[in-house]
Amino acid sequence: MLSYTFKRLAIAVPTLLILIVVSFVLMHAAPGGPFTSERELPPEVLANLNAKYGLDQPLWRQIFTYIWGIVTEFDFGPSFIYKDRTVNEIIAQGFPVTLTYGILSFIVAVVVGVTLGVVAAIRQNSVLDYFAVGVSIGAQVLPNFVMAPILVLTFTLWLGWLPGGGWQGGQWEYLVMPVIALSTSFMASIARITRSSMLETLNMNHIRTARAKGLPERRVILRHALKPAMLPVISYLGPAFVGMITGSVVVDVYFSTGGIGKAFVDSALNRDYAVMMGVTILMGTLTILFNLVVDILYGWIDPKIRY
Amino acid sequence: MPLLEIDDLNVSFDTGDGEVHAVNGLSLTLDRGETLGIVGESGSGKSQTAFATLGLLAKNGRASGSIRFDGEEILNAPARTLNRIRAERIAIIFQDPMTSLNPYMRISDQMAEVLMLHKGLGKRAALAEAVRMLDAVRIPGAKDRIRLYPHEFSGGMRQRVMIAMSLLCQPDLLIADEPTTALDVTVQAQIMRLLQELQAEFGMATMLITHDLGVVAGFCERVTVMYGGKVMERAPVHPIFAQPTHPYTRGLLQAVPRVDRGQETMQAIPGNPPNMARPPSGCPFRPRCAFADEDCAVMPPLAPAGEARERACHRPVKEVAA
Repeated sequence: MLSYTFKRLAIAVPTLLILIVVSFVLMHAAPGGPFTSERELPPEVLANLNAKYGLDQPLWRQIFTYIWGIVTEFDFGPSFIYKDRTVNEIIAQGFPVTLTYGILSFIVAVVVGVTLGVVAAIRQNSVLDYFAVGVSIGAQVLPNFVMAPILVLTFTLWLGWLPGGGWQGGQWEYLVMPVIALSTSFMASIARITRSSMLETLNMNHIRTARAKGLPERRVILRHALKPAMLPVISYLGPAFVGMITGSVVVDVYFSTGGIGKAFVDSALNRDYAVMMGVTILMGTLTILFNLVVDILYGWIDPKIRY
Repeated sequence: MPLLEIDDLNVSFDTGDGEVHAVNGLSLTLDRGETLGIVGESGSGKSQTAFATLGLLAKNGRASGSIRFDGEEILNAPARTLNRIRAERIAIIFQDPMTSLNPYMRISDQMAEVLMLHKGLGKRAALAEAVRMLDAVRIPGAKDRIRLYPHEFSGGMRQRVMIAMSLLCQPDLLIADEPTTALDVTVQAQIMRLLQELQAEFGMATMLITHDLGVVAGFCERVTVMYGGKVMERAPVHPIFAQPTHPYTRGLLQAVPRVDRGQETMQAIPGNPPNMARPPSGCPFRPRCAFADEDCAVMPPLAPAGEARERACHRPVKEVAA
């Protein structure tokens, strides 16, 4: 298991390199640049700017310099747009915010989603089942950019219970709406996957054996059915977790949370090459990491998988 | 009082194809310590009879009639009643040992939980008892191998584990639902010999469900032959083999390959078992029976035919031959 983990981490290095090179090339291949604006800059100014940020160099050298900076000094460069801030600073400021509401959303999505799914499966075709399926379909088709304003309308304008936005170091009033907005669609997917997987599991022969042993239904579900039913859910949870902790531009914009989701979209719109690369690498690393976590969890649940 | 008394059992399933009648008016009794073979082709309702007894029918299944175990009505009984009887008094071995054990749990946990639940043993005592039972079914190195997962055993060994698990509480009745069908022929013989020895040792009543008359011959005292969810014939085992009189029983016997009969070829019963969503009227075997005539459009009653023998047939073989 340990050697498998190291092997996987070793493979992550070339994977990340490829990710960097491909995104770098694609980013530069798109027309325009960070200093393109409606009012054209005088050519001398543009040349100076390009020289300052190394954009006058050939692309392979830019890539090399960029990677060299990361490897030797963990330096992801300065922002091209916010003149006095580095990429590291931007991520260090936004990522903890995103991480906070992302992890909370993940917990909510998993707990509510799995519970709904299991209950729906156990009481298949009952009122409870229809309710759970209805809720999850509703939650899935309601995009968060519709959900967010509805939440603000309800809880801030009508009920006046919650502040309409801001962060304030992550006090709970400021967390409620971002977490709801971010977690619902993930929760719905988890509920759907759990339900169908649980239904399938309950038809397996070994569940019949468990019943034949005289185990109470509760124990049949929790001890014999839950583990196998969770396998497809877990493979969804890896990417879902990364999706949640890297945040959402909708949440950041509607609730002014100041997370990394907005920074990423802004950087793409502004052609802030360095920030784009920084966030891309962050997401890539997290994706690789949590896919590994999923695989390790798989091995823990299914004894037939041994690394 | 018989140990198990099934009276006019009907089992049906709601399917997309309509209502499928798996068991139609089955009655049988089983005494303490007795071995009964239930024989028939796939789809004859054997397994569903077993599942109905333990309340293990699929969700779309319905059962009516009566099943009394030790005098207590257990058909469609609430889960609490059934859970007291399952494994503790009636245990079952399933057909497919590859999937019937939980692949995600160690054998030790799967076996121990039975004893912890029914006998109130602690984990340690339950494990010791489980190892003892694995020794009894002759799993070499049981003390260490009890820690393994099912996929680390071969098919035959897994079925031994299933058998050991079913006998943990020393049940009064063991239902063996095609216990050797999924196994290699050589392993089949070993498992049947083991079951026979265990039956002699523990003395539990056994209901052996199989399509293999050869297996029944060596194991059972009495045989019930089922077809289309109905009893065709029942008798002590020797007369059935010596003198099959029901055309279906005869067909089953001729379909058993034998090496001691020289040139005689094995004969399959022509046709297929009926679609139980649209069962034939009268005797279900009528469409495949060489002796059937217009009388068979009415289901013959199960009537006494000789000593301890009952048969449901208008045209038993001997009479036709004579």
